[in-house]
Amino acid sequence: RERHRAKRRDGDREKKKRRKGRRRRASRAGEREDELQARHEKREAGRRKRAKNYQESEGRERDEEEQAQIKTGKTAKTKKNIKNEKTRKVEQEEGEAEERNAKGKKKHGSAKKEEKDEDGGKCAAKEKTQEVKKKKHKRKGADTLNSLSPEELEKLKEAVDERKKLIQGLRGKPWSMKKKLVTLRESQEFVEKYEGALGKGKGRKLYAYKVMMAKKWMKFQRDFENFKTACIPWEMKIKEIESHFGSSVASYFIFLRWMYGINMILFGLTFGLVMVPEALMGRPYGSIPRKTVPRAEEASAMDFAVLWDFGGYAQYSVLFYGYYNNQRAIGWLKFRMPLSYFLVGVGTVAYSYMVVIRTMARNANESGVGDDNSFNFSWKTFTSWDYLIGNPETADNKFASITTSFKEAILEEQESRKDDNIHLTRFLRVLANFLVLCCLAGSGYLIYFVVRRSQKFALDGLDTHTWWERNEVNMVMSLLGMFCPMLFDVISALENYHPRVALQWQLGRIFALFLGNLYTFIIALMDEINLKREEEKIVKFNITTWEASLYNSTVSENSTGPPITIQPADVPRGPCWETMVGQEFVRLIISDTMTTYITLLIGDFLRAVLVRFLNYCWCWDLEAGFPSYSEFDVSGNVLGLIFNQGMIWMGAFYAPCLPALNVLRLHVSMYLQCWAVMCCNVPQERVFKASGSNNFYMAMLLVILFLSTLPAIYTIVTIPPSFDCGPFSGKKRMFDVIQETLESDFPAWFSKVFSSASNPGLVLPFILLMVLAIYYLQSTSKSYKEANVELKKKLQTQNEENKKKNKRAALKAQMDLEEARKAASQTADSSQRLYHGKNRRNPPAPVREQGLPATRAPVPRNYHHGNHGAPGYLPGFPRQSEPRMHRVPSLQRH
Amino acid sequence: MGTTASQLGKDLLSEYQVSAQNAHKRFTELLTKDEKDLPNTRVSMERVLTLPELKSNPFRKRICYVFSTSEQKDGSLTFEDFLDLLSAFSDSATLEIKSHYAFRIFDFDDDGTLDCGDLEKLVNCLTGETDETRLTTEEMRQLINNILEESDIDKDGTVNLSEFQHVISRSPDFVSSFKIVL
Repeated sequence: RERHRAKRRDGDREKKKRRKGRRRRASRAGEREDELQARHEKREAGRRKRAKNYQESEGRERDEEEQAQIKTGKTAKTKKNIKNEKTRKVEQEEGEAEERNAKGKKKHGSAKKEEKDEDGGKCAAKEKTQEVKKKKHKRKGADTLNSLSPEELEKLKEAVDERKKLIQGLRGKPWSMKKKLVTLRESQEFVEKYEGALGKGKGRKLYAYKVMMAKKWMKFQRDFENFKTACIPWEMKIKEIESHFGSSVASYFIFLRWMYGINMILFGLTFGLVMVPEALMGRPYGSIPRKTVPRAEEASAMDFAVLWDFGGYAQYSVLFYGYYNNQRAIGWLKFRMPLSYFLVGVGTVAYSYMVVIRTMARNANESGVGDDNSFNFSWKTFTSWDYLIGNPETADNKFASITTSFKEAILEEQESRKDDNIHLTRFLRVLANFLVLCCLAGSGYLIYFVVRRSQKFALDGLDTHTWWERNEVNMVMSLLGMFCPMLFDVISALENYHPRVALQWQLGRIFALFLGNLYTFIIALMDEINLKREEEKIVKFNITTWEASLYNSTVSENSTGPPITIQPADVPRGPCWETMVGQEFVRLIISDTMTTYITLLIGDFLRAVLVRFLNYCWCWDLEAGFPSYSEFDVSGNVLGLIFNQGMIWMGAFYAPCLPALNVLRLHVSMYLQCWAVMCCNVPQERVFKASGSNNFYMAMLLVILFLSTLPAIYTIVTIPPSFDCGPFSGKKRMFDVIQETLESDFPAWFSKVFSSASNPGLVLPFILLMVLAIYYLQSTSKSYKEANVELKKKLQTQNEENKKKNKRAALKAQMDLEEARKAASQTADSSQRLYHGKNRRNPPAPVREQGLPATRAPVPRNYHHGNHGAPGYLPGFPRQSEPRMHRVPSLQRH
Repeated sequence: MGTTASQLGKDLLSEYQVSAQNAHKRFTELLTKDEKDLPNTRVSMERVLTLPELKSNPFRKRICYVFSTSEQKDGSLTFEDFLDLLSAFSDSATLEIKSHYAFRIFDFDDDGTLDCGDLEKLVNCLTGETDETRLTTEEMRQLINNILEESDIDKDGTVNLSEFQHVISRSPDFVSSFKIVL
């Protein structure tokens, strides 16, 4: 074919020769070079019809242009000339040679005038051929603007879009980085070039600018991402733990970090909006009675024992509710202190709710479809290995647990397990639950008893009692929290549950224990609040008489002299139940923290040290035998964290220092526990997956959040604040501060609107509307779920059908083949055999295409590793775009 | 020293989703003194497997084979291969990439599908080398039948890539566990 083409061209040349004798010769050398190039080009062009169309139209364009610009520089001319040749060749291939030839001749003639002056056409030829491509592409931009038909424009746009898509999806392609980079560069160049061409002249500049900005922006984003990951605290620590103990232990630390983040924000709120303004702008210490240590306590106010109990100076400081003044606006900023205090309290709770619920929703999204059980075995096989495990011991445990899970799954699959002694098991389970209930009731009663006793002690005065009697409540609570779970563990051995079910029971019981303890504590606290309020009434009465007597005495002594000033420390004052509640919570947190750390040191570290060193001189193997090293108890620790947080939420309103304390605690326990895990724990025997229980913990946190805000809100709403301490003193209820602000700080119409908006006639319909909206959303989500199930069923039936079809097709093809063979053997007609042979191969293919309607089209199995670099067919990459991709670099190389 | 890094260039390193400095440090630790001066050295599989991150992984050899670009198919890695490995196992790799490589790791005979032999080898890898944890032949048969029952959608007796990705994409914890961190 090449020869044929060459002949034609020669013939063409002959014609020209006749007209313009020897001048022809000079350009021929260049043409030869060009011919080779063009042929190469053409081969690719043949693969891609679009490109061909392109060249054609371009060529035409160029011809016209050439005639117009006959006086341009000679080098440019020659280049154009060469291009003409090429264009002609392409056109020849198209079979419209005659017409083009005539046109070409004409042009050629005009071009040759310039060529006359050119001395060394041969030398320049090589250069030219190289430049041809560049030039062509440069010009393409300008030419396409007014020359391309809408159809071609569409095609070009399509190509550019495809490239863009390729660039965007490149990160998700499973290729080696080398190949990715090559493809990326090529596609980017392609897009840059042609997208510029598609726009108008002005648009191209803008486009270049846009591309540059996009690049810069991408770079910035990537740097920012890197910066962000570098900013995540404790990332390396957690990764180290992850590689030793698997993802479940690491999930505890990630949870701890998350908690730390939340507490940081709560701390920021209370510290920035409550504590600092009061400390800086409020009245200084000692100016009013609520900000002074009473005369009776002054002597011991600086003692460490008192301070440790958060009495003395600590009690009369910004750390507690009672210190805050009820002045409406403080400082030169006119900061609305009581309002700020109230709003921060509400904001803390609201923010916590928001974060917890949002996280839960995200977790649910991530594992949204994951709860169906249709791929039980496949998941066990394909996804059960934790690639993070880098410790041989953990790996061994993982092997064992995977094996048992396989065996269990097989057993369950074969038959639901028969229990021959079902009555005994039932009895034991009931017994176990009874025992656990007894434990719970006992611990509840113990706490109640202890709290009541401590009130008696408190009435007597703290000094007369020992350390134990003073700290009884907290110690008892911490000890119960420590030992009851162990007891539950022993009891659960009776039940003979599947380990995962057993773990859930255990968690549920510990949860109930903690919750029971907390609520007994709160109920006891309520009693105490009521007692304090009784006391307050008496004090209030006494104060009025005291003031009256004071007034009378001053009046009677000298009516004209200045009134005598009384030291604020001498003024009698109420018991201030809010500060008391705050103190209780702070003490609880402190003792809880202490117990955690001490158990960690004794239970983990000391045990590990003893086991390690006593093992040299002991009669049995301590490391493998009884005491052994401790495991890291993920669920227990998570529960502890959750309850700790619950206490923070409960007490934060009355003790603004609580979030700060908690931040401190979490910070320390992060380091301490990281260290303890790495140095004295062994990997768990049963390695559980982290993600399965994630939302379980979050749900617990949400329950705790709700349960802990309940009593706080109850006290805020129903109990009137103390008359002489705290930001709300003198008001009937704490939330009156809102109304007060509305009345005095906002225009009159606003409060009117607000009051009419808060009337039940408006609020009730609104609530009704919300309920309806919730109902609607829920029912739609339910219907979506149903639709999902429906679709799944459909998919399955379709698969079945496809299978059947497949079989039928295969059968039919086989029969055809048989027939063909028979026919072939009879007539030995080769053409028929060929036809049937083809027929045999084809039918299964389309059926196979439909095999997976919901997923990607099946991938042929001919790939194997090592073909990354080869330009062959790759999975997940559409075949037709392949040649295009390789065309661009050949155009761009020079 | 450092020739490999300079060849790659800065923009290239940023394409990899791993901290390349750390990776480069760890990689050069595997090289001997003379090799450090040569560009594009290959590290043999045995030496790659001494990395503690891979040492206890039952699929360590498969991982090397899959990511190796060596002509001899000996599982040796260049620094670029090593970086490819790390980026496939990094946090930022998508589910598609991860599942693709997981498929190739599990495809022991490199024929593009997971057939019974592949699945058996896979299960044996997961249950460890010791005999006590190994499944009996009957259990193995049952298990493989169950796996094929679930995930072999077109019922051709093997699991192909798209079926595999279909199964994996529903799994809640594949992405979080298919990770290797240096």
